[in-house]
Amino acid sequence: MTTKRVTLLVLAILVIISPFFFPSNFYYRIGSLIFVNGLSVIGLVILIVYAGQISLGHAGFAGIGGYACALLPAHLGLHPGLAAIVGAVLSGGIAWLVGRPILRLRGHYLAIATLGFGILVSMVLANEAWLTKGPDGIEVPDLGLRDVLELVGIDLSNSQFWYWFSGLVMVLGAWVALNLYDSPTGRALRALHGSEIAARTVGIDVTRLKLQAFVISAVYASLAGSLLALQNKFITPDVAGFMHSIEMVTMAVLGGAASVLGAFFGAAILTTLPQVLTIFQEYEQILLGLVMMLVMIFMRDGLLPSILRAIRGKDK
Amino acid sequence: MTTLLEVSGLGITFGGLKAVNDVGFRVSPGEIVSVIGPNGAGKTTLFNMISGVYTPSTGTVKLDGQDVTGMDPYLLARRGLSRTFQNLQIFQTMTVLDNAISGFHLQEKGPLLADLLHLPSMRRRAAAAEAEARGLLERVRLGNAAEKEASALSYGALKRLEIARALALKPRVLLLDEPAAGCNAVETEEIDHLIAEVAASGVAILLVEHDMKMVMRISNHIVVLDHGEKIAEGRPEEVSRNPKVIEAYLGTEAQEEATHA
Repeated sequence: MTTKRVTLLVLAILVIISPFFFPSNFYYRIGSLIFVNGLSVIGLVILIVYAGQISLGHAGFAGIGGYACALLPAHLGLHPGLAAIVGAVLSGGIAWLVGRPILRLRGHYLAIATLGFGILVSMVLANEAWLTKGPDGIEVPDLGLRDVLELVGIDLSNSQFWYWFSGLVMVLGAWVALNLYDSPTGRALRALHGSEIAARTVGIDVTRLKLQAFVISAVYASLAGSLLALQNKFITPDVAGFMHSIEMVTMAVLGGAASVLGAFFGAAILTTLPQVLTIFQEYEQILLGLVMMLVMIFMRDGLLPSILRAIRGKDK
Repeated sequence: MTTLLEVSGLGITFGGLKAVNDVGFRVSPGEIVSVIGPNGAGKTTLFNMISGVYTPSTGTVKLDGQDVTGMDPYLLARRGLSRTFQNLQIFQTMTVLDNAISGFHLQEKGPLLADLLHLPSMRRRAAAAEAEARGLLERVRLGNAAEKEASALSYGALKRLEIARALALKPRVLLLDEPAAGCNAVETEEIDHLIAEVAASGVAILLVEHDMKMVMRISNHIVVLDHGEKIAEGRPEEVSRNPKVIEAYLGTEAQEEATHA
C-alpha cells in the first residue's frame, strides 16, 4: 500500500473511532481543534517540507480567513460558508502579492519577512476597530449546516458537528497535500528543496513554484482560520498573532516535519498537551516549553519518525 | 557545419579579479568540444556563465544564433541547454527514479489543479515521464537502483544519474562538467561511450574533464584555458603538441613525473 493510502486510512480511522473513547462531550471540542490545527500545519508542510521554505507569519492568513467569516456576512450579507471561500481566495491573492517580493529572500531573511507580514495582519485586525471591533474580537454568525442536518434527522451538538466537519475538511486537506507530493509539481517542489540550482537547470521556474507553494499553504491556513472562527462563533486578533504562527511551525517540526501524518501528530500533541498540563496550573507553560525542548534534543526528526523507528527497532 | 552554441569575448570579474577573460569558441551539432586547463583556470566559471548561473561581465553567449547571455538557467533549459555539475547537484532525499523524472519536468508539468486533485490528465503525464525515466536509468545502468534514495548511491553512480537527468531534457546543447571525476576505468569508459553516443545523435557537447586520455580520445576540438584566458585551441593532436599548452598544463605534469622518477 502506498504512503498516501496508509496516511489517509490512519487519519480517517482516527477521526472515526476516537469518539468511542471520549468520556464527555468536551473531547469533541478538543478533537475539532486538533483537526483545525492539523489542517493549517498540513498546509505548512507543503511550504516547509516539500518546498524547503519557511514562514513565521502564516497565522496572518488564518486571521484573514477567520475575519472573513465575521466581516463579510456582517457587511456584505454573505453566507458564512461562502465567506470562508472568499476569505481563502483573498488569502491566496494576498499570499501571491506578498510572496512575489519576499520569496526572493532565503533562510533567516525569509523568516523575518514573513514574521513581519504576520505581525502586520494582527496589528491591522487589532487596531482598525471601526471595522474589526479591535482587540476584544468580533462575533461570527452560525454556518447553519447543523440545522440542515437536523432536517434530515441527524441531530448533533455544536461540538459534535464541528468535530465531524473539521475532521472531514482535514482529511480532504491531507488528500490534496498527498496528491501534490506525488505529482509533477510536488516533484519539482522537492527538487527545488534539494538543490535550487539543479532545479533551475532542469527547467523548473523556481520563483513561480515557491509562490505556488506559498499560496497553497496560505489557503490552508485561511480555511483553518475560518473553521476556527465558525465553530467558536467568535474571533479575536490573537488568531493572527505571532504566537499562533510560531505554534504552527512548532507543530510541523515537533510532529516530524517529514510527512503529512507527522504534521497531524504535531498538531494533536501541541493541542492536547496544554489541556493535560492545566493540572500543573501556573507551571503549564514551563512544562510545555520543556517538553518541546526535550523532543527537539532527543528526537531531532520529530516525534512520529522517532517513534516509528523505535517500533521498527532500527538503530539509525 | 552550423554553429549551435557560440561563445564570444566572454569574461567575468569577481571583486576586481578577472576569473575569465575574453574566451570564445563555437560548438556545432554532433560535435564534442572540450575545455581543458589546470585547476583554477576558469573552466567551471565558464560553464556557469554559459548556463546562466553567473551573469558575464563581458561578451555574449548565442544559442542557435539568439543572444541568451545571462538568461536564467530555467529559460535556457527550455531552449534546449542542459548541464551537469562538477560537485554533484543531486536531489539527495529523493529516489533515483524521482531524480530522473525531474529531468522530464518540462514534459510532465501541467495545470496545478490537475496535480492537486490527482486528475487522470496528470497521471498520464507522470506515467509517460516515469516510463521514459526508467528507460534512461537502464541506459546509464541504474535501472535496479530506481527505488533507492539517491543519497545511497556511490559517487560514480551519482555522476551517471546526473548525466541521465541532463539527458532527460532531450537537450540540443549539453554541458558536462567533469563527468568522469571519481569514476574507475570501467565507469570512465562507459561514460565515454555514452557521450559519443549522445553526440552521434546530433547533440552539441561541451565537456570539462581532467582525464586527458578521455579528452584526447573523444574530442573533436579542444579549448585550453589558463588563468582565465584561452591560450590555445584546435584538434586534439594540435593541442597536445602546442608548446604553450605543454608549459601551462601538460608540462607541469611531465615535470612532476620527472621529479618523482
